Order: sequence, then C-alpha cells, then structure tokens
Amino acid sequence: MKKVYGSAKEALDGVLFDGMLIASGGFGLCGIPELLIEGIVESGVKDLTVASNNAGIDGFGLGKLLATRQVKKMMSSYVGENAEFMRQYLSGELELEFNPQGTLAERMRAGGAGIPGFYTKTGVGTVIAEGKEHKDFDGQTYILERGIFADLSIVKAWKADETGNAVFRKTARNFNPPAAMCGKVCIMEVEEIVPTGSLDPDTIHLPGIYVHRLIQGEHEKRIEQRTTRPRAA
Amino acid sequence: MWDRNQMAARAAQELRDGMYVNLGIGIPTLVSNYIPEGMTVTLQSENGMLGMGPFPYEGEEDPDLINAGKQTITELPHTAYFDSATSFGMIRGGKIAMAILGAMEVSEKGDLANWMIPGKLVKGMGGAMDLVAGVGRVVVVMDHTNKHGESKVLKDCTLPLTGTGVVDLIITNLGVLEVVEGGLKLLELADGVTEAELRAATEATLV
Repeated sequence: MKKVYGSAKEALDGVLFDGMLIASGGFGLCGIPELLIEGIVESGVKDLTVASNNAGIDGFGLGKLLATRQVKKMMSSYVGENAEFMRQYLSGELELEFNPQGTLAERMRAGGAGIPGFYTKTGVGTVIAEGKEHKDFDGQTYILERGIFADLSIVKAWKADETGNAVFRKTARNFNPPAAMCGKVCIMEVEEIVPTGSLDPDTIHLPGIYVHRLIQGEHEKRIEQRTTRPRAA
Repeated sequence: MWDRNQMAARAAQELRDGMYVNLGIGIPTLVSNYIPEGMTVTLQSENGMLGMGPFPYEGEEDPDLINAGKQTITELPHTAYFDSATSFGMIRGGKIAMAILGAMEVSEKGDLANWMIPGKLVKGMGGAMDLVAGVGRVVVVMDHTNKHGESKVLKDCTLPLTGTGVVDLIITNLGVLEVVEGGLKLLELADGVTEAELRAATEATLV
C-alpha cells in the first residue's frame, strides 16, 4: 500500500471528523507539523481536542488552529506564548488540561504501546493528583495516569523513506516519536522523502510501522527565541 | 548579599565531576558559567538533549536545535539527542543527578511552588513537576524575599505546589539552607549578611 501522498490536503482526506482527538509532535515551534496544521485549518474540522506539549504562538503552529476556533480542548504542559490561547481560555471558550511534560510524553508513548495506564510519582501532592488513583509501591506514593489513544497523530520528521522509516534532526525529534505512536492513524510530514533502501536501517529513529501517510514539503521552521554569543575579536 | 551571579556561582559548588544535571530557566541557567575548570558536567535539556553547548554565533542559529527555554543553542562532541518520552524516562528514572531550579516559595518540609500564581496568567508546569519528582537532588536558587519584602522561605507554601518534600538545598541572596528533619539548617551566610538578618527574612523554622 502506498504511503506517499501529494499534499497535506490529500493525506488528511477521510481521516478528519468533528470532536476527534489529535496528538501533535513538536516542542515550542521546533519540529512541529506545519503543513498538516495548515491542512487541518483549511479542512474546517472542529471541536478538536489536541494533545501537544505547547499551543504554538499567535499566527503560527497550533496558534493557527486556535485562531479559527477549531480547538475545543488542549492537553499541554506549557502554553505561555500565545495571547489568543490565553484570551479563549480565560473567557471559557477553550478547555485546558495541564499535563506535566514527562507525563504527557509517557501518556502518548504508553498509548502507542498498548498500555492504558501507568503509575508515576510526578505530581503527587499537587493539583495534578486530584481525583486520580493513588497507590503505594515500596513505601512511595504514585498516581495513575492514562495512556493516550489518539484518533490521529500529526508529526514532523527530517527525512523518511517511502515506507515511513523516519529520521529526525537534533532537538526537533522531541514529542514526534511518542505522538506518532499513539495515533490510530499517523500522518507524517518530512523535509525530504528518500528512496527506500537509502537510509541505514541501524539509524532509523521511528520505524515505518507507525506511519500510515507521508508527505514532503517546504518548512518555514520559525525560531522562537533567537539567542547568540559574540564572536571572539 | 549575593547577586544573581554570586548565587549561581554558589550553586555551581554543588556540582561534582561526571554529573548529569538539569538547569532551570533564569538564575539556574547562569550556573553553567561557573562550572569549575577541569570538571566535566553534562547538561540535560528536557526537550531531548544531553550535552548542551553555549549559544551559537550570530548567523549559525539552527531552528532544529533549541533548549527547554526555546533558545537557540549548540551541540558538543559528547551530545546525544532523544525523544521526549526517553528524556523524561531518564528524569523520572533518577538518572539525572541534580536539578537546579528557580522558585516562588519553598517550605521547611522541602515543598516547592514554582509554577502557578492563582488569579494570574497560568502558563503551565512544563517539566518542573517531573524534574522534582525524579532527579536525585533538587537545589533551589531564588531571592529570599519577594518584592514586598515578604519571606519566600516558609513554614508552608501558600501557592499551588510543584512537589512535596522534594527540595534538598536552598540558595538565596542571603545564604544557604539545607532541608533537614524538623526544618531548615543554616549552612552559610552570604557576604555581609548576619544570621539575625537571615532569620528576620525567614518564616520557616531554622534548626
């Protein structure tokens, strides 16, 4: 079965529905699926729940999907960079479920690995633990967190072969592998699709079994905080 | 009294050769400027990197290479990259020896509040709850009092918590306090600060 599609619109065809749960890769604006977010904006699908570490910035990344009010709920660890997000959240238009960053990553990984729940020390004694099952193991208290089983995963890699075997670049890997794993359907966008057989099998970061549809395209890759040091004179 | 850099330099004295360490945003980031000569300390960035290097030279910024504060950074010869689940696996799994973090409030029981002020803009806890629950040792670096002169070293935190009983050492502009049975133990006074001054600025029990 062919995994390579011609555009985000083609790749998203038939997988979107109102009220669905989408898991997205990316950290800040690094390694985000820019093309697929744009495609979802254009589709007009609504009442989305989006599991993503961050919510983009105004006018870029998931901020685009917030601007069009297609998102009903975010599951995130940090959302500080988006004024429109804050406006919708404070006015009650948008639901927000805070997840500690590692808990969010593990919830995705667990969902992808068929694990419906796991115990973690993270958040014990805080608001995060309220209403969750507590259990002691070896004298330490843990809380139960649930695996995430998303209807769709949208992720971004650097390169992939035609079967979806993917390689990420530097810190743009971040949430992309766990997000890819937890979706019933996973669509991946890459900077370059390379011929199958041209990637060293020992260097594949995410095996193609997790990737159902694949597109290639140009990425803006915006920098959120440009920090530099002076060159020695 | 210590300034930001002196607090960072004091925190750097907690580092040991070969340590894997996570530095928070703010004063903790400055600690990397004071790693003693000849000591190898590997910095973890929880977005998926061990061996974090300095900021890039202008024109060499790479959008695929950022730290947890979303700043452009560089890699080092021993750098390794990994995904977020692996990153927090090493944090939760106790592989990171120490985290040096900022704080809004710390209690005498080692409770930490550093992510949320009710009624103000809530941005989220990011990786802070995972870090304090998982790393071997938590060192807090912060001002001893807030801008109204009220103590941030308390009997009980008033703000929503990041973790309970997680802080091991508190470094402030006034001195160094260790969390021990029954309260906080004064280990060191900052330059020019008297014990009476530190006690006056501390609500927590000093033992």
